[in-house]
Amino acid sequence: MEALKEELKNKIITTLNLEDIAIEDIADNDPLFGDGLGLDSIDALELIVILDKDYGIKLVDPKEGKSIFQSIETMAAYISANRTK
Amino acid sequence: MIKGVAITGMGIISSIGNSVEENYISLIENKIGISQIQNISTVHADVIKVGEIKKTNEELIAELQLSENNNFSRTAMIGTLAAKQAVENAGITSINECRTGLISATSVGGMDITEKYYYKYFENPELVKYISCHDGGDVADKIADELGLKGMVTTISTACSSAANSIMLGARLIKSGKLDRVIVGGSDALAKFTINGFKTLMILSDDYNKPFDNTRKGLNLGEAAAYLVLESDEMVQKHNKKVLARVSGYGNANDAFHQTASSENGDGAYLAMKKAFDVSGLKPSEIDYINVHGTATPNNDLSEGRALLRIYDGEKVPDFSSTKPFTGHTLAAAAAIEAVYSVLAIQNNVVYPNLNFEVPMEEFELQPQTSLKNKNIEHVLSNSFGFGGNCSTLIFSKS
Amino acid sequence: MKKTYINGVGCISTQKTFDTVFLEEAVVNANDPVLAIVSPVYKDYISPAAARRMAKGVKNGIVASALAMKDANVENVDAIITGTGLGCVEDSEKFLKNILDNNEEFLTPTSFIQSTHNTVGAQIALSLQCKGYNFTYVNGTVSFESALLDAKMQIEGNEANSILVGGIDETGDYTMSLFKLAGRIKKENDLPSDILNTNSTGVVYGEGAGFFVLENERKDSTYAEILDVEIKNTLEENEIESEIIAFLKANNLEISNIDAIVFGFDGNIIFDSYYKNLAENVFAKTPQLYYKHLSGEYDTATAFALWMASKIIKTQEIPEIVKVNLVTKPAYNTILLYNQVNGKNHSFTLLSK
Repeated sequence: MEALKEELKNKIITTLNLEDIAIEDIADNDPLFGDGLGLDSIDALELIVILDKDYGIKLVDPKEGKSIFQSIETMAAYISANRTK
Repeated sequence: MIKGVAITGMGIISSIGNSVEENYISLIENKIGISQIQNISTVHADVIKVGEIKKTNEELIAELQLSENNNFSRTAMIGTLAAKQAVENAGITSINECRTGLISATSVGGMDITEKYYYKYFENPELVKYISCHDGGDVADKIADELGLKGMVTTISTACSSAANSIMLGARLIKSGKLDRVIVGGSDALAKFTINGFKTLMILSDDYNKPFDNTRKGLNLGEAAAYLVLESDEMVQKHNKKVLARVSGYGNANDAFHQTASSENGDGAYLAMKKAFDVSGLKPSEIDYINVHGTATPNNDLSEGRALLRIYDGEKVPDFSSTKPFTGHTLAAAAAIEAVYSVLAIQNNVVYPNLNFEVPMEEFELQPQTSLKNKNIEHVLSNSFGFGGNCSTLIFSKS
Repeated sequence: MKKTYINGVGCISTQKTFDTVFLEEAVVNANDPVLAIVSPVYKDYISPAAARRMAKGVKNGIVASALAMKDANVENVDAIITGTGLGCVEDSEKFLKNILDNNEEFLTPTSFIQSTHNTVGAQIALSLQCKGYNFTYVNGTVSFESALLDAKMQIEGNEANSILVGGIDETGDYTMSLFKLAGRIKKENDLPSDILNTNSTGVVYGEGAGFFVLENERKDSTYAEILDVEIKNTLEENEIESEIIAFLKANNLEISNIDAIVFGFDGNIIFDSYYKNLAENVFAKTPQLYYKHLSGEYDTATAFALWMASKIIKTQEIPEIVKVNLVTKPAYNTILLYNQVNGKNHSFTLLSK
């Protein structure tokens, strides 16, 4: 799970082009949206594509993302449970 | 109330008809143009529905009698067809005899061709001619060429409000005395680029779009082109022109909220409508029919609904409907085809039905008109809202 | 009728045109077929959170508009009007390539959203929280003039008091390679480019963002007044002189009143004759200027020209590097700008002190 969390932090930084943020800056339980990392709805769509492309999980309703993408912790848990890749 | 700028001609090609007449018949006979995509091969073919013009590019080339070495995009071809119809409808025989302009609109431009040949140019010299038809301005340049128009030509590209903005600029050019007549409108063909773009935003429906319905899932894309001819009163009198209706109000405002989503309270929409009322001198209660933007995305219909309630401020919101269940969302051409439909509504005293509506939205008490309604129509309000928070409203009035 | 004054300017281009007095650091690069922007420090103007999604055109537009607003000493405007010929090329290329390379799978929305032509205008509106009129024009080389014309109409019609107007274009690698293939860009063996003595077709391409704050009042920061703007889609070569004379007459002026003429010479031998004829005949006794040897050719390069002309009226000096001829005048109070590309999309802009 630790490796997955680190992998996710890396992907978020690269895909979302967060130039001035390092892996150490993202705590596992920090909120990703709103306060915290400050991601928005467009970022949520980007994360949905990562779920599909890298982990084989297809989300049909973007609203599902709200609970899944709360933090690195929740993302990792969901992916572990549902990944097909 | 101000008099408004005279509309003397119209032309249109869409998924529900290849002329003004055909479009009108479809609207009053509930003939929709939405179906599975035919002209473009895409992996999404089974999970989207589109409003496609029922002509292939080969048929368009033949109809326009273009030479073999033409480099017209589909957007330019349907634009030319519609513009020619409008000019003919307005009885214009010598296009440069007075100060005449063309204000066009597009978001796709020549992308429908570019995406087909993007990697093929280097190996196929016969395709190189299409490189210059990619940009937005090429569509207007081609239309002007085909019309023989030499004067002021420009294009507006503000996503889904583009054609409303063209009509707005055209009206202002006539009112300020800078032009005697102007052809205004827009054109957008379907393209993989836009289909995939909207897919990534997760706002496409795999079913028939249902504006203002609580269970709406998103929009159906469409393609179309429509142009209107606006003329000064001096020209109307001089040539004894028939006035189809008038552009009496217009307003553009920016939501300044988000790149693609509308603000919860519909600020941009509210401001645009307010400006249109200010320009026209009309009161909201004087509107007989509202052709809403109504794309059937969860976001737009909520935002637009809220804005309407704010404008009407306790008063009853007039009969309203979205015609996008007929045609799909035709992007930069949307406001132009809906302008044609607004004029037809005035001429024929009808309110079009908002098809596919079943369940009212839970957030408020707004229900669209669901069946064709005959009533006197003096004034129509038409909304078009685009990405980048670009919100535009037009008001059309009986002459 | 209210008048239109240029009260603030901001220019990001292929020359150092910010944090300078004028063109003292300009250098002619005649050897490259495509010129690249001289970048400002984007971090000074745009937060990382916002910048992460922006392609260079959007970033350049935001910086140029910020410079213009600072120059005009305004914090907000009533309207934002932009012009762009090719729009957001980098993001368009990115999204299209992803579609084609991945067979329409695993696509992400950011580059699609950023590829819409009105992105620059929209982003500026967002950052200023400006809910006013916001238009974007996309019609080749009159894109910027369309925006100017609209802004002037807004001011004259009392629809706005202050307007941010800009022209933005960016280059994209693949698009440039297509333009080279189509012969739009100078071939390797036609370089170095000598715009005024060209014997080949094609141009040296460039990119840039030029922004202006237009207001209906003269201020200390005023550069010039925009007297008139005209756009004509088609003119034959032998119609241009009479068009210019009529344009000036409508403004109660004659050729002799023009203190400087700015030509859009771009080194394409076929259409530079349009300027050459005017230069050798009706404007033979007028100071003549050119600029595309500095800015490169792109649809909104005329924004660079307007920046240049505005500065000349303010400083009353013409930098040597932009002179075509040696004619001088005691004062440079009235300047005419004329541009066209491939014989189409002609524009005439008239400035005065």
